[in-house]
Amino acid sequence: MEGFKLTKTQELQRELFHTFAENEIRPIARDMDEAEEYSMELVKKMQKCHFFGIPYSKEYGGAGADVLTYTLAMEELSKVDASTGITLSVHTSLCCSCINEFGTEEQKQTYLRPLIDGSKIGCFALTEPNAGTDASGVQKEAKKEGDHYILNGTSIFTTNSGFADTFIVFALTDKSKGPKGMSAFIVDRTMPGVSVGTNIPRMGIRAASNCEVAYEDVVVPADRLLGQEGKGYKIAMQALAGGRIGIGAQSVGIAQGAINEAMKYVKERKQFGKPISKFQNTQFKLAEMQTKVDAARLMVWRAAQAKDAHENYAPLAAMCKLFASDVVNEVTRGCVQLFGGYGYSREYPVERMMRDAKITEIYEGTSEAMKMVISGSMKI
Amino acid sequence: MKIIVCIKQVPDTVDVKIDPKTGNLIREGLPVIINPDDKAGIEAALAIKEQTGATIQVVSMGPPQADVALREALAMGCDEAVLISAREFGGSDTYATSGIIAAAIRKLGMPEILITGRQAIDGDTAQVGPQIGEKLHIPQVSYVEEIQEVTADHLIVKRQFEDGYHIIKIKTPCLLTAIGELAKPRYMTVSGIVEAYNKEIKVLGFEELKDDLELDMIGTKGSPTNVYQSFPKQLKAPGTVLKDMSDDELVAAIMAKLEEKHVI
Repeated sequence: MEGFKLTKTQELQRELFHTFAENEIRPIARDMDEAEEYSMELVKKMQKCHFFGIPYSKEYGGAGADVLTYTLAMEELSKVDASTGITLSVHTSLCCSCINEFGTEEQKQTYLRPLIDGSKIGCFALTEPNAGTDASGVQKEAKKEGDHYILNGTSIFTTNSGFADTFIVFALTDKSKGPKGMSAFIVDRTMPGVSVGTNIPRMGIRAASNCEVAYEDVVVPADRLLGQEGKGYKIAMQALAGGRIGIGAQSVGIAQGAINEAMKYVKERKQFGKPISKFQNTQFKLAEMQTKVDAARLMVWRAAQAKDAHENYAPLAAMCKLFASDVVNEVTRGCVQLFGGYGYSREYPVERMMRDAKITEIYEGTSEAMKMVISGSMKI
Repeated sequence: MKIIVCIKQVPDTVDVKIDPKTGNLIREGLPVIINPDDKAGIEAALAIKEQTGATIQVVSMGPPQADVALREALAMGCDEAVLISAREFGGSDTYATSGIIAAAIRKLGMPEILITGRQAIDGDTAQVGPQIGEKLHIPQVSYVEEIQEVTADHLIVKRQFEDGYHIIKIKTPCLLTAIGELAKPRYMTVSGIVEAYNKEIKVLGFEELKDDLELDMIGTKGSPTNVYQSFPKQLKAPGTVLKDMSDDELVAAIMAKLEEKHVI
């Protein structure tokens, strides 16, 4: 990106994401939401187009594009289906990033490569029933015994866990040190003792897979430790900081998707003898919403650009997520209102978008947690 | 084996509007795409590449903006891209255009297989492909809907025909014009786009081709045809459905209608 314009490469990437979303995802988005199940066929199609390794180096089989391009994917895919957005986001910016940034060369070759070529799907197991925003409350435990660790505990709301192959699991290696005793491990779904529960019924992003995962005496070889013992909390916080740019982009996508639906509808729907698009209330409402979405998009792009430039992006990422997640909730609510009764019905996709929007204020750090990050960076 | 695919960048005519005063296409704000038949040609070439390891050169004639169409073809998996572009080529009709493209192909080296789309959705002439074949003196099959066999010295292809199809064995080098049914184009890939923009696009201008072209063979001067007028298609009246009649009554009703219209 230069100035406020995308490069030609980024423009063509956006066209690819847009066309793919329209042709492959739009026709099945509603059915996936109703069925509360993600399409594995869609995962394969996304893999073919190299969607699972967008901002990663070609050295490990990635596409070699930038973080900004990844936000374009998040926006375009989320415009038609927020569940696809989060599936890609957790894989890319939470799971892959931990190995990419903290893994050894050998770990990258062994575990990162199949993730970013899309042959394996990743997830991120930090949150526990009693450790949400207070991630330092993690109780999963990994006890070292010779050349391996014995992992025990539970993670909850583990996105992608229903079908993921590779789990980044955060557990205490030294209980006495609190968060400083937390470590991160690369765990395979197939390891004995890993058991994934059923999809947790949810209000939105219902097609995504989000289960509880239990770890019972799982033998994790020591060479699957990421970084060093005690670095887990730092790894988790860094991954989440990057992930927020993706959630900001997802929010922009859901919001823009809802506005696009509303634009079509208000031109067709007639009341009082003319299309409702002719009423100033409709025009002003859409103008306000589009302005906010544009502002949110620019914030997302700025955070992505800072990450690409290896600058301190964490406060920018928190700001873009805080703002965009607020905007998407306002915008989807406003779009349902423009549709009236039809917007509330499941016949049109805006009710799904409104349900999907809420989670953006909660996951990868709540809006309140974003304010903690931002105010912290302001040194108030 | 080398394959050359000729593509054209065209306005996306799905939602096209005609200026009622001038009768011309309103190009402003229209997204541009690779002509659909040409894109099917790219996919067919990529399938042959996967089978035989052939290399694919993709060629387009147009203004510098046609660069995007070539990048898209590279991002789908084509190996090299060539843009034929010069001020002197502007205003060329199908006859002049095919002469320029044929000269470019001679310059690039004759491939075993040359593929063009059947016709472009903006001009709909279906002339440029076959004319290129004629000017290169190579055999051609138009309206190709399937490529059944590929060897170094011949191909077996299925050609769509009005009331059926032809299975044709053709010697290489040859030209095929592709129809949409030939292949469903794949998507670009994210990594393909990154690579496409790292590649250089070769540009062939008038200078590079002048040994093979005279100035009076190209551009407006070298074009025997001119567009006299363009207008939107008029919708025809809907057909009539005859039902609830016996076969004899149906035959009688159709015959009466044909006589009324002086068809018979």
